[in-house]
Amino acid sequence: MDQLSIIWQGLPSLLSGTLVTLNLTFYFLAIGFILGIILALGRVYGPIYLKLLIILPFERFFRAVPELVLLFLFYFGSSFFHINMSAFMAAVLAMGLRSAAYQAQIFRGAIQSIGKEQMKAARSLGMNTLQSIRYVILPQALRLSIPSWSNEYAVVLKDSSLAYAVGVTELLRQGRYIVARTFGNALLVYSVCALIYFVLVFIGNQILKFLEERYKIPGYELKEKKEQSVLERI
Amino acid sequence: MPKVILKVENLYKSYGELKVINGISFQVKQGETTVIIGSSGTGKSTLLTCINLITPPDKGRIWLEEMEITDPKTDINLIRSSIGMVFQHFNLFTHLTVLDNVRLGLTVVKQIPKDRATDISIEKLSLVGLADKINSYPAQLSGGQQQRVSIARALAMDPKLILFDEPTSALDPELIGEVLNVMIKLAQSGMTMVVVSHEMGFARAVANDIIFMENGVIVEEGDPDTMFHHSQNPRTQEFLHKITELYGGKSE
Repeated sequence: MDQLSIIWQGLPSLLSGTLVTLNLTFYFLAIGFILGIILALGRVYGPIYLKLLIILPFERFFRAVPELVLLFLFYFGSSFFHINMSAFMAAVLAMGLRSAAYQAQIFRGAIQSIGKEQMKAARSLGMNTLQSIRYVILPQALRLSIPSWSNEYAVVLKDSSLAYAVGVTELLRQGRYIVARTFGNALLVYSVCALIYFVLVFIGNQILKFLEERYKIPGYELKEKKEQSVLERI
Repeated sequence: MPKVILKVENLYKSYGELKVINGISFQVKQGETTVIIGSSGTGKSTLLTCINLITPPDKGRIWLEEMEITDPKTDINLIRSSIGMVFQHFNLFTHLTVLDNVRLGLTVVKQIPKDRATDISIEKLSLVGLADKINSYPAQLSGGQQQRVSIARALAMDPKLILFDEPTSALDPELIGEVLNVMIKLAQSGMTMVVVSHEMGFARAVANDIIFMENGVIVEEGDPDTMFHHSQNPRTQEFLHKITELYGGKSE
């Protein structure tokens, strides 16, 4: 009973922590999505110097450096350069850019798997490159990206707990505060945190799965069933 | 005297050492159908994609009526919107319905209001016999139906010229007829067409001009009667003999 009341009393702060977690996740994904698409398009259609001088170094850097290190670099680096940056902002930048590098890979793979023939058909109609991308390439690439993107969503949401390390009061830090206030209920409190992360990832993935079904291109059903049964046999 | 729609002058294209097109000139007059034949790898498809600069040529000039396509100042998108292109593998937009496939160029490139664009699209789809399929997706159609949609997509743009790049070579034999019939109908209705194809029956029926290509150059050119019966070049005779045996087309 005692234990339960601790959770009950801590619930408002856990929920406000959850909101911060969702907030962080939203910004990570939004930055990652917009920048990721731009990077992917730049890599597939852009001039070679753009690829070599900007896109590749960016992707390599943000994929090679651990997130926690990125977080520290942005947070402590900003004060070194006398830039006034909150812990929240530093987290958003560090992990948003990290996500952009990963999402760029997802979108690039999807764009390249569509094939040059679709682009050729669009250009032959008289569309310019941007129109072809907007009306022909991206609608197909985004559909193909959903499964890998739902992976990225789960990773980003869970990694938002790293923002704990620079003092953002997200879900995990709220949990830590409750543990500190009430002594010794660590397992219970962190289990509740774990449950909340689980539910958030689960709901998000269900929504993405729904979108995948909703925007599936008709006519490929038979082929998909065949592929699925092959997978099931493995 | 019908006016010249397409004029190609001294065209060259190479990929590294490989000279794919090695000095080609020809012209197509309004309402005429030119069929380009030749063994694979002789630059036929490259020649077609050079015409709308999807493959930019290295040298040479191309005109569509009075406009020079190869002039860097020319608005290439405007030119492309008036040259239809039909591909070997159809290249329909897989995520769009049949109607949207045909309508997209009208609304995006020609900026035609949606209602009007829908009317035009349905009219062209009726012409190829697919008015009942407007809400289907490409993957739900047979190859022959997909190719007819792609012909309707080209027609909707009201082109001055349509380029066909081996339009039937990816089709099952029993589906070739439906596509050829549409093409014959088009040729007879006065559409200007350049067709890369080995369908000799089609060539005999509607071609005004047959071009035989080999190693990036035109070996011989003439009307079907000349090419089939009075060819001067032994290579042309040999090729036409083989291809007629293979694809038939003795009648018509």
